[in-house]
Amino acid sequence: MATIIGNVCCSHVPAIGGAIAKGLQQDPYWKPFFDGFPPVRDWLAKARPDVAVIFYNDHGLNFFLDKMPTFAVGAAPEYRNADEGWGIPQLPPIAGQQDLSWHLINQVIGEDFDLVTCQEMLVDHALTIPMALLWPDQKWPVRIVPVCINTVQFPLPSASRVYKLGEAVGRAIRSWQSDARVLVMGTGGLSHQLDGKRAGFINKDFDLQFLESLEHDPKWATKYSIHELVEKTGTQGVELVMWLAARAALGEGLVRKVHANYHIPISNTASGLLALAPA
Amino acid sequence: MTLTSTPAPIPGTTLFDGEQARKGYALNKMCYSFNEAANREAFRRDEDAYCERYGLDEAQRDAIRNRNVLQLIAAGGNVYYLAKFAGILGLDVQDLGAQQTGMTKDAFKAMLVAQRGE
Repeated sequence: MATIIGNVCCSHVPAIGGAIAKGLQQDPYWKPFFDGFPPVRDWLAKARPDVAVIFYNDHGLNFFLDKMPTFAVGAAPEYRNADEGWGIPQLPPIAGQQDLSWHLINQVIGEDFDLVTCQEMLVDHALTIPMALLWPDQKWPVRIVPVCINTVQFPLPSASRVYKLGEAVGRAIRSWQSDARVLVMGTGGLSHQLDGKRAGFINKDFDLQFLESLEHDPKWATKYSIHELVEKTGTQGVELVMWLAARAALGEGLVRKVHANYHIPISNTASGLLALAPA
Repeated sequence: MTLTSTPAPIPGTTLFDGEQARKGYALNKMCYSFNEAANREAFRRDEDAYCERYGLDEAQRDAIRNRNVLQLIAAGGNVYYLAKFAGILGLDVQDLGAQQTGMTKDAFKAMLVAQRGE
């Protein structure tokens, strides 16, 4: 059976892609953010994942409002980035792990989640930037299964529903007949708001509590409604539900923190990074 | 029976719900088209004709003409699609934040840094 080696969750701000392209990792503005990653890369080099299941949200590259799935799972042989309208460089294509895609689809729909399945799927910065942060040479050592959760159009799925989806995805991975080593990623957040007179809103206290909760009390944030999460973390801070899904996939056993980083601000965002492994 | 209650609005915040998605469909569809460079170029060449092609209403066309983010949101725009329009104008999300909060960009950036609270 496949093994889940742990979680990496991090922010996915487009400007990070620009900073990577310009080689600004040691620039004073960017250094506190990029310096979070080497310890996580060291851990990954030892943990040797060969598959990554990635919870993320599309920002209007693959999905438009004509068809807006709540949960969509990729089942493609390959995933490509494309022009998102404002010109961050595109990254090399990433191979899909189609066997796991279909196993996951079968198992998770079997648990009463109504997934949309995608045999063609463009992946936007929310997926590619975290990949480039973990593997800066962009020679991807993992095949991927993208899981896209709607955070564009309300109503969004509740935090508790997303957590249950993550649990089901975790069960599916663990029941997959394979010797694969699977990393589960969540991308987005932490607190930020791009739109409205409240643009620039950040909530450090909540973010730090959330980071702490993922280690010791992972269901903590599921007590909040989406409306409450928007109030506490901003209209885009609600992307933190991706982290909840990823964490839920680890299951109920104890976890240990591999590394964490938190920095305000990257662009308009409180940036976070958290790597967890089963204890 | 439990009645569904509407939670109190969050100040300075518009949730992009069904009502907004319905109102803003043409505007967002136009902005979504800006994923393609050829469409960005067509917009630059003849802005009014491009808006016309997507069937924007008067409020949406005014908001586009004025490059006004709060007006665009009021007209049903969603920030993820509007960001693609902002890209044509060479504006980043901090420019958008500054405009919406009535600050200079430097003041907006300083406000973000201040939230470190160190």
